[in-house]
Amino acid sequence: MSARDLAGDAGAFPSTWRRPPQLVKNATLRWALIVGAVVYLVIAIGTVEVNWARIAEGMERGGRFVGGFLQPDFTSRWRDIAQGLTESLTMTLTATVVGVILSVPIGVGAARNVAPKAVYYLCRAIIAASRALQEIIVAILLVAMFGFGPFAGFLTLAFATIGFMAKLLAEDIEDIDEAQAEAVRATGASWPQLINYAIQPQVAPRLIGLSVYRLDINFRESAVIGIVGAGGIGATLNTAIDRYEYDSAGAVLLIIIVIVMAAEYVSGFVRKWVQ
Amino acid sequence: MLTIDRLTKTYPGGDKALSDVSFTVPKGQVVGLIGPSGAGKSTLIRCVNRLVQPTSGRVLLNDLDITALSKADLRRARRRIGMIFQEYALVERLTVMENVLSGRLGYVSFWRSFLRRYPGEDVRNAFRLLNRVGLTDHADKRADALSGGQRQRVGIARALAQEPELLLVDEPTASLDPKTSRQIMRLIVEICAESGLPAIINIHDVVLAQQFTQRIIGLQAGRVVFDGAPETLDEAALTRIYGAEDWKAMRKGAQDDADADRDQAERMAGLV
Repeated sequence: MSARDLAGDAGAFPSTWRRPPQLVKNATLRWALIVGAVVYLVIAIGTVEVNWARIAEGMERGGRFVGGFLQPDFTSRWRDIAQGLTESLTMTLTATVVGVILSVPIGVGAARNVAPKAVYYLCRAIIAASRALQEIIVAILLVAMFGFGPFAGFLTLAFATIGFMAKLLAEDIEDIDEAQAEAVRATGASWPQLINYAIQPQVAPRLIGLSVYRLDINFRESAVIGIVGAGGIGATLNTAIDRYEYDSAGAVLLIIIVIVMAAEYVSGFVRKWVQ
Repeated sequence: MLTIDRLTKTYPGGDKALSDVSFTVPKGQVVGLIGPSGAGKSTLIRCVNRLVQPTSGRVLLNDLDITALSKADLRRARRRIGMIFQEYALVERLTVMENVLSGRLGYVSFWRSFLRRYPGEDVRNAFRLLNRVGLTDHADKRADALSGGQRQRVGIARALAQEPELLLVDEPTASLDPKTSRQIMRLIVEICAESGLPAIINIHDVVLAQQFTQRIIGLQAGRVVFDGAPETLDEAALTRIYGAEDWKAMRKGAQDDADADRDQAERMAGLV
């Protein structure tokens, strides 16, 4: 007797099977949602106004831009570029270091499993405030407060780093292997000892990896916030474009691309190394 | 001596994990705590060092009422209770030595532990314990570089580094193969005998419990339904704890296991 015979009379079972709908069980509602979404999309595309004459003009400018890109001019504005670059790198590094140092206590405080309720809500509020405000908005406010220049840029990036790092650190702490923490707690360890022995070893590699990643983000952001007056390479780029010096702008963009790629490579290497 | 007096634990959802559990463990006695999954074994040993907060009842360790302690006093009391865990619960990215020394955390200041500058006596004792569990050469390895049996040995050394007056052991063999399980159980029992240390061992392997412990307590749905010498754990008692099942077959299976172990040992001996 074969296994097939043992399972019973084959004719008694259906030979087709379809996967039941997972999200919307009601067929009418499901089709109504699909048709509704398609109709809305068609109407929405129809309302976008396209000015073809303006696009043609833009293409021409774009062409000049590409031309500048292909013949980047590093020399004629080199002093401006070098100064912007130094400012950007300085504010990137200082803001990342200060931001990470401040984000560690806030991140620990924002982890539900190691912080008391009151501290938890306070730290979550700080993170929410930091994340709610986009870098450019913060930069505009800080430039208004402290004037043009890299100091406003440094404060902006440090503030943004806190929200980013503290949130990811807190989530990482909430995801730790609780058994390790329980074992350390069972030895009679105090709260700081628990953090140092059970939490830190589990989250440190990711914290270092994220810090290097944030360094890379901060450099890119420093180029953006320079445009609203927070100094750095962004300010140099903005000036070059305002003067229609697309060849110098091309040089600046190339430098940014090279530095970001280098940072990417280094951060990947560091993350693998600390595991 | 450990006294558990009318201990009850009701979880917030209304689940009654323990109801009215009372027993006493005298100095040097190794108790096997058996019972089906969800019977409250894990909750019971975690109530002893208050990793789980009991709802009512008392736990007394040599006249010290653990259930009545404040937070700071509880920390001091936990130093006296060593714990060994199911999945070893070592801090994976710390070295073996740091894991063993973490048993001293309750005794040293934060700065000493932070800088890893433990008193000479603690370090010497940690090396002695690593030697006792057979891991002298592995002190500087990271815990995640060890095998399951070796990790559990580190867990044992960490618990002993506390110089405990009581050992709580939670399913020490659940993630180990049969042979390593026996070695680990033998090690725990030997160490308890050496220093007259009482121990409660949660274990789901009835045969292992009978082989290595001096007394067996059976839990069923949070109540003690058996308490006696391993030899007196008969079919009727097992049915009381686990429900009806063919217990003779289990014993036969275990006997086969043990025979296979012995055969293996003899074959290995023949090779040498």
